[in-house]
Amino acid sequence: MTIFIDRNTRVIVQGITGRIAQFHTQEMVEYGTLVVGGVVPGKGGETVHGVPVFNTVKEAVAATGANASIVFVPPPFAADSIMEAADGGIRYCVCVTDGIPAQDMIRVKRYMMRYPREKRMVLTGPNCAGTISPGKSLLGIMPGHIYLPGNVGIVGRSGTLGYEAAQQLKDLGIGVSTSVGIGGDPINGSSFRDVLEAFEADPDTEIVCLIGEIGGPQEAEAAEYIRNHMTKPVVAYIAGLTAPKGRTMGHAGAIISAFGESASEKVEILSEAGVTVAENPSVIGETVARVLRRKAA
Amino acid sequence: MDIHEYQAKDILKSFGVAVPDGALAYSPEQAAYRARELGGDRWVVKAQVHAGGRGKAGGVKLCSSDHEILDVTSDMFGMKLVTHQTGPAGKGVYRVYVEAATAFEREIYLGFVLDRTTQRVMIVASGEGGMEIEDISATRPDSIVRSTVEPAVGLRDFQAREIAFALGIPAALTQQMVRTLQGCYRAFTELDATMVEINPLVITSDSRIMALDAKMTFDGNAMFRHPQIAELRDKSQEDPRESRAADRGLSYIGLTGNIGCIVNGAGLAMATMDTIKLAGGEPANFLDIGGGATPERVAKAFKLVTSDKNVQAVLVNIFAGINRCDWVAEGVVQALRAEPVDVPVVVRLAGTNVEEGLKILAKSGLPIIRATTLMEAAQRAVTAWKNDMAQNTKVRAVK
Repeated sequence: MTIFIDRNTRVIVQGITGRIAQFHTQEMVEYGTLVVGGVVPGKGGETVHGVPVFNTVKEAVAATGANASIVFVPPPFAADSIMEAADGGIRYCVCVTDGIPAQDMIRVKRYMMRYPREKRMVLTGPNCAGTISPGKSLLGIMPGHIYLPGNVGIVGRSGTLGYEAAQQLKDLGIGVSTSVGIGGDPINGSSFRDVLEAFEADPDTEIVCLIGEIGGPQEAEAAEYIRNHMTKPVVAYIAGLTAPKGRTMGHAGAIISAFGESASEKVEILSEAGVTVAENPSVIGETVARVLRRKAA
Repeated sequence: MDIHEYQAKDILKSFGVAVPDGALAYSPEQAAYRARELGGDRWVVKAQVHAGGRGKAGGVKLCSSDHEILDVTSDMFGMKLVTHQTGPAGKGVYRVYVEAATAFEREIYLGFVLDRTTQRVMIVASGEGGMEIEDISATRPDSIVRSTVEPAVGLRDFQAREIAFALGIPAALTQQMVRTLQGCYRAFTELDATMVEINPLVITSDSRIMALDAKMTFDGNAMFRHPQIAELRDKSQEDPRESRAADRGLSYIGLTGNIGCIVNGAGLAMATMDTIKLAGGEPANFLDIGGGATPERVAKAFKLVTSDKNVQAVLVNIFAGINRCDWVAEGVVQALRAEPVDVPVVVRLAGTNVEEGLKILAKSGLPIIRATTLMEAAQRAVTAWKNDMAQNTKVRAVK
């Protein structure tokens, strides 16, 4: 098993006719993802890499039985597309788009609440690299070849830092159950805690690797959940030990504005919750390997 | 995106928040003239910079004559105001705001922020106005009132009344307080602000609720739908290197070290800075070249980093997903051919099209130091920088 996506996940690509979306649609198809359709208003009836395009999400779902979506729609219109997915019966949505206004995301989150829990869409992102269950399905923009199938769950804000971790694990022969990017925005669909809950419930995930950074309360919330509810070991790395206070470091969410938001404070809070923290980004893989060996012993 | 106090007050006034009468000046003479226009016999003269803590730094003065205004503003114009929020370089004063002085009875702190825990707009208020919110939360945390707004229905009047009563505002002024809170909330949501702060909000001696200071910050991602706010950007308040980078689609922050970094992805960029430090160096900057970077964008990034005269070595760290290593390599080669640099350059490439990228670097014949892992790259950059420094010192000694 995996979390969020597996071999049978049927995917639509919202904004499929864009240049970047076309490239990644092809990559996803080549990886083996079941890309069953695309949605672009006004372009229904066309095809992209053999994938049929529909005018609305509802039409696409009715025609293809899609249950997941990936959004490549430009920032001014992306929030609307996420809401369309939530209303159209999509159960899992990845939003790759970077630069969505924060207040649009507040409205998206409020809108998703109108559906009862059992029908509510799970959103990860925006501004994320997506989700991959290696060997099964890729719903994102990451290079698929750096992930081996296995039992490590990865959850992180940064895309490229997540690649760094996956590559280190691969070099050590360690595989990944699912890797989830929650994105670098301050208002995001799923938090670290939400994804940790899913990994805790997944029988094929043995250990979780959490990759955080400066800014925001979500690492501290994760620490509380780990301390009180998590039975599986967690390894973490927090980027930004050298980041100055009060400056936004690239990601809109990466700004130290309150107590507990700096990298060193987050490291301390996570360590206190029993998390093994990798001291630097080069030893994320080794640290996971060490904790796995200790667990086996 | 930050704006000036006088701009924030103009905006809030149009949303029904009471502010003192005031006028903007670009010279001491104009300041004196504006004061005469405003009338009265006491004025507050305020340096307009994008930073809090102006009062303590000498950027706010009370004046009671034309001569005094001329004297005070002659000192203010052109000065670099250094406050706890500006950093040691300070921010230049090119505009001054002149306001009718207001007599008041009480000071209140009022802030609207995007709360990341509830992921909603939160109102933060305290009866202990005049102090910075950090100081209030350290010394009088019990005085802080918080209220989050349900986005579907917006701020309700009952919530605003609850805040007014919790702050101990006289019953006769409740309606004015509700109007002030509603005005701030509407300005916040309708204009895509990320912060509205009024400190202090005062109860004047003639029983009015009035904003004596105002600070607004806007969501840069939402400026496409607010051209009138985007126009308020004041580049004189930004680090010139950072504005230049932003205009080229790069996310750059200048730091004080000497190893320049060029990285893709904000998280990896921060991790690279951390690794440089671990290897015994200090990063000169944060730089994220973003996704899908063309050789031209990479070359611009390279030029930007090496234009910082503190930079004594350059580290390029790319883990390509949506990017392409061959494009990055081409960009680095282009930049080095166009303008050779006399500092060591270390390049680490991984991910999409890595073989093609490495071939381009090898074929160029340029003295580029290669590395395969992040740690190796940082160590090589630091070693190369140290060797280079030692050699240069020797050369200088011989000369």
